[in-house]
Amino acid sequence: MGIETEYGVSVPGQPNTNQMLASSLVVNSYANRTSSSGSRARWDFEEESPLRDARGFELPREPAVDPTAPANEDDLGLANVILTNGARLYVDHAHPEFSSPEVTNPRDVVLWDKAGERVMAEAARRALTVPGAKPVNLYKNNTDNKGVSYGCHENYLMARSTPFGEIVRNLTPFFVSRQVVCGAGRVGLGVDSREAGFQISQRADFFEVEVGLETTLKRPIINTRDEPHADPEKYRRLHVIIGDANMSEVATYLKVGTTSLVLAMIEDGWFSVDLSVDGPVAALRAISHDPSLKHLVTLRDGRKMTGVQLQMEYFEQARKYVENRFGADVDPQTADVLSRWESVLGRLEVDPMSCARELDWVAKLSILEGYRSRDSLNWDSPRLELVDLQYHDVRPEKGLYNRLVERGRFDLVVSEDEVIRAMTEPPEDTRAFFRGRCLARYPQQVAAASWDSVIFDIGRDSLQRVPTLEPLRGTKAHVGELLDRCATAADLVDALAGR
Amino acid sequence: MATRDSGGGQQHTNRRADEADEVTTEESEASDLKERHEKLSEDVDSLLDEIDDVLEENAEEFVKGYVQKGGE
Repeated sequence: MGIETEYGVSVPGQPNTNQMLASSLVVNSYANRTSSSGSRARWDFEEESPLRDARGFELPREPAVDPTAPANEDDLGLANVILTNGARLYVDHAHPEFSSPEVTNPRDVVLWDKAGERVMAEAARRALTVPGAKPVNLYKNNTDNKGVSYGCHENYLMARSTPFGEIVRNLTPFFVSRQVVCGAGRVGLGVDSREAGFQISQRADFFEVEVGLETTLKRPIINTRDEPHADPEKYRRLHVIIGDANMSEVATYLKVGTTSLVLAMIEDGWFSVDLSVDGPVAALRAISHDPSLKHLVTLRDGRKMTGVQLQMEYFEQARKYVENRFGADVDPQTADVLSRWESVLGRLEVDPMSCARELDWVAKLSILEGYRSRDSLNWDSPRLELVDLQYHDVRPEKGLYNRLVERGRFDLVVSEDEVIRAMTEPPEDTRAFFRGRCLARYPQQVAAASWDSVIFDIGRDSLQRVPTLEPLRGTKAHVGELLDRCATAADLVDALAGR
Repeated sequence: MATRDSGGGQQHTNRRADEADEVTTEESEASDLKERHEKLSEDVDSLLDEIDDVLEENAEEFVKGYVQKGGE
């Protein structure tokens, strides 16, 4: 699995800044200084097909449907680099984006997602040293409150054999309700905040349909982009676009941990109950717009329940599933996800504010309510909107989330030492290890790389492409010793070719 | 500095859940809630003072100037 986050970018006092250039400046500043050798491996687009649909057809490539067409990006010369931790750091549209390396578990998602925040903060610091550059602020949020949203997408590798209809049926109610745990909180109702108020999710108001391929127009709760970056016969990649970007480590951990559990149950054909919700798009918004968590959604079977209760239904299924399949042999992380999930849901039922050390929307709301009562502010106060925005500022000294952490007000999942290491080191148990270590060890010889290949230029007639189609190969156990042994990229290519 | 750990946070949440289980009568539940809310609001007051110090100046202009282009 992995997580990709687009950051909001702004140059204070310069509202007319070209955001693509500002984003490029940030990414290039990081990339140029990171590899002292000056190597800049480019991204290899050969295997990418973002218009392939999980339902089994392919859309014609039209700018209206997909303005991310790789050719355009190349033409613009937008920054696009691979880091030694296996991540991709680039400019997507007008936002700097950090796509984490592939990892195998929720805790590692948290680790490399946090590392992405630190990379962005460092990139902005370095951009400041460019002569004449104005300070660029980066925000890990999802909207400018003026009608625009940008994403934080999760990716899960699934078995190709899983029927897509089952995914849609069982995942939609889960996505409608999981915001009570992993919403990031937002001041303003409606895509352009035309109504004053607070809501649980940054993204809920931007979703218009139940299922679809688009990510920028008519956003769907279930996205059907089917581009596995792996053997398409064996795998599909579930591209999840409905999540908020979380600052809280517990929220990210639960977001991907609980989603993984639900996906495992779907793959395994476990669900015997149908939790389908009447009007899921409207239900998504209604749950988001009620931070008291009292709103009742109606299920197709006629039952009415709150978002928290709907999550409880999923939790109960997951608890039984894990008990049935693993019993006492359950791995500690799965057990931990279940236990935290149950604890958070239980407390959301009784007293949501008791989750202020764990969940973004609750922590943000408690600050906002503090301001409202101390300074008698209404929800349309620009100061409250500023608190909302600055909560997501990646700078340690300015970001309000980061200030809360500094004061010991947030429960954490990973250590800062680990996060710093993850800025440069890849995970050891996926192909990201091979990609990242090749970049670190042979920076001059890696001509290009992508999720499923590394291309070497070792001075021969043609470039040497090493495919990495199997996400669980290219691990430290698999190639660590080989990479240690090969002093040059040419040695590596020869060894892989059996020469 | 924050308490970063993988196990401690978990014990913390478990402890809270256990406490909640022990509370049986609605009355004590309510007073427990009230107590927690009071403690929370004291905490929030001191936190707001610190946030005041780091919050960007001229909130209205700042949020108005935060305009993004579409993404994804």
